[in-house]
Amino acid sequence: MMATLSPATWRSLPGPEDITRVELPNGIVVLTRSNFNSSSVVINGYLPCGSLYDPPDKLGLAGFTARALMRGTARYDFQALHEALESVGASLGFSANVHTITFGGRALAEDLPLLLNLLSTCVREPTFPHDQVERLRAQLLTSLAIRAQDPAEMAELTFDALLFPDHPYGRSEDGYPETVKSIRREDLEAFHRAYFRPQGMVLVVVGAVAAEEVIAQVNAVLGNWLATPADENRIVPPVAPPRQTVRQHVPLPDKVQTELVIGTLGPKRNHPDYLPASLGNNILGQFGMMGRIGEVVREKAGLAYYAMSSLNAWMVAGSWEVNAGVNPANLDRAIELIREEIRRFVSEPVTEEELSDTQAHFIGRLPLSLESNAGVAGALLNMERFQLGLDYLQRYPQQVLAVTREQILEVARRYLDPERLIIVSAGPPAEG
Amino acid sequence: MTNEASVTRAQLSNRLMVLLKEVHTAPLISFWVWYRVGSRDELPGKTGISHWVEHMQFKGTPRFPSGLLDRWISREGGMWNAFTYLDWTTYFETLPADKIDLALDLEADRMVNSRFDPEEVEAERTVILSEREGSENEPLFLLGEAVQMAAFDRHPYRYEVIGLKEDLRRLTRDDLYQHYRRYYTPANALIAVAGDFETTLMLEKIEKAFGGLPAGEAVKREIPPEPPLEQERRITVKGPGSTVFMHLAYRAPAASDPDFFAFTVLDSLLSGPSSLNMFGGGGVSNKTSRLYRALVERELAVSVGGGLHATIDPYLYDLVITIHPESSPEAVLKAIDAEIQRLQEERVREEEIQRALKQARALFAYGSENITNQGFWLGFSEMFATYDWFAHYVENLSAVQAEDVQRIAQTYLQPQRRVVGIYQPTGEETPA
Repeated sequence: MMATLSPATWRSLPGPEDITRVELPNGIVVLTRSNFNSSSVVINGYLPCGSLYDPPDKLGLAGFTARALMRGTARYDFQALHEALESVGASLGFSANVHTITFGGRALAEDLPLLLNLLSTCVREPTFPHDQVERLRAQLLTSLAIRAQDPAEMAELTFDALLFPDHPYGRSEDGYPETVKSIRREDLEAFHRAYFRPQGMVLVVVGAVAAEEVIAQVNAVLGNWLATPADENRIVPPVAPPRQTVRQHVPLPDKVQTELVIGTLGPKRNHPDYLPASLGNNILGQFGMMGRIGEVVREKAGLAYYAMSSLNAWMVAGSWEVNAGVNPANLDRAIELIREEIRRFVSEPVTEEELSDTQAHFIGRLPLSLESNAGVAGALLNMERFQLGLDYLQRYPQQVLAVTREQILEVARRYLDPERLIIVSAGPPAEG
Repeated sequence: MTNEASVTRAQLSNRLMVLLKEVHTAPLISFWVWYRVGSRDELPGKTGISHWVEHMQFKGTPRFPSGLLDRWISREGGMWNAFTYLDWTTYFETLPADKIDLALDLEADRMVNSRFDPEEVEAERTVILSEREGSENEPLFLLGEAVQMAAFDRHPYRYEVIGLKEDLRRLTRDDLYQHYRRYYTPANALIAVAGDFETTLMLEKIEKAFGGLPAGEAVKREIPPEPPLEQERRITVKGPGSTVFMHLAYRAPAASDPDFFAFTVLDSLLSGPSSLNMFGGGGVSNKTSRLYRALVERELAVSVGGGLHATIDPYLYDLVITIHPESSPEAVLKAIDAEIQRLQEERVREEEIQRALKQARALFAYGSENITNQGFWLGFSEMFATYDWFAHYVENLSAVQAEDVQRIAQTYLQPQRRVVGIYQPTGEETPA
């Protein structure tokens, strides 16, 4: 069976013909695609600063700043800002990751000017009111206390710290209780002053508004934001694969299920290895009900409700990991079964049938992933963030079909070493 | 055959109900089969059986062995899943429009031919126990389960859909198979299809795939109503952590009760607008809701949320609160009672009702971007009312008057009609 797309589907894929990309004089990049099938509009985007810039004793600063942007601005206090949003059923939110402060929102198309106006006031003129900052701090500390009791989150946090030692990718974007407590209101102001600027900002708008209208509206609220000289780009240090297998357990007394993460480094997003690794990962732990790993751990052994693998590819590196939730009594057996699958995956090529299934899946899922405004907006943002090109989706089927079994094996061997893995579990204390 | 608001309704000679809605925004079709069976239909000692049957429906038939189905749907880039709820169980496939025949063949086949292989039943027992144990790691699951059980003495709504652990250990293959044969019949089912098709052609296809199945019997589902609570019930759940949670549950009206709409407006003012969409759309924040202002802005809580459930019988109106580390459940309860008293004594302003309406309209528009969500609504609304309920939802909300909201507060939100549940952490950690 050949993977094909019907002509109707092909015509529906976003491409250079219907995506408008404009760079404003102040450096803001705007991407937009119209969809008049429903009366709503979605925005998303980012500013190019993130937890990478957090001082070591103030980890979580970028995230704190992002969350504080909507707590009050020069033109709106907290209640006025949310009144404007909520009274029309619109939404807007900010968060931080290592490289960027991201935002997303939606509204009825008629309310896009309002949404863009609020976006502008939040990124340009936040005031960080004292009482709001303290209220937010208590909320952040409570989230961290809840996180400390969440086996899945604790396993992931520990895994990242072991895989990326002394590296921004190994630190929590949300910070830790001590560091969040040490962040002062002035730190938020200083972070905003130092790193928020129009250059490098990306804004995507998808929905029931014509492209010219979108550009005009964005220009009206963000066009007069003056570009300011940028610091030199922060260099992200290189990463190195684990030298040996590391096994760690995070004891969480009185919990019932153990969460498991097993993995190592993966390719960065715009590396040529990414696509073969992504197809291979789908075979290993996603296709159908969680690929080979799901088949062995869930379907055959009945050991877990979920057992799957994922590839998390970022700007300078990524992780390739397997996650499962298991009863503590089955933990060792689950680890062994998963390692066995990884061994098999690096010792022989995937079958022709597996590859053709996964290729068909990657191509066939495009229409479903792109039916909503949010789906299209996410795809446009990735095109810009990773410089994939506006014709990325149109070239995508051919690229997927060009991947071979040998390429997948080669890439699997380059990253996955069954004898050098980070293995972390979190849950009830280990017996013995 | 009748046609109301672009929805076609038909019934096959074996009494299978069919609802069809053409939506030509993307080359996709979402195909749903709904069964009138859920945890509401379970007997003591057999809780969780409906959900387990749902799992077994993915284990294959002689014609479609389990792995094969998964493979075919994934190859076509489709999405499939199933859900079990209090009142119903549903299965769906969303596929490229030209591949939808696969869904019809599969659903018709597994309506009658599922194998329930004894070995597969055993493997699935541990998978479901693992699913439950994953939930048991979460304080809010433990608290919610205890509150639900305290809110009813006899009605099956007192049990979580996943079932009690002791029942999950005891249920047999024959129990499961009998449950399947009894409820999985055309007379007890409904097909809902939304997407890119022609109605007459789709109806012919459905007739061809399902028309020959024996009708079976529609199962009588009358359950004696449980009288309102006469006295407030308080429960405490202890567990690990350092965060205190509170869950209030008031007995609420059935979805088909006209009071449901006024209650929806009340909830929107009190705890914020709730999205009705199962797929996509996202929500609207609740920072201008009365309870957010009274609890979070006054630093008694770090978060509050609430919502109604659309059910056949009267179920619950929930309020879930994360208590501020410096506050206490008593202080929070006092502030909530003051807000409820205000709703009981003072009529809400007309603009507050208008605001709730605009929010509902926006959430509707967001949900309509997504064909799977449209298919969901087509069938879901029929499980507790008719599609009219959904089609006239916004209209029904706009008929709500200030005195209705006041009456709802006076009738349903009395302290003696509620359960107050508190999650009391046993952890030694001192909250921040």
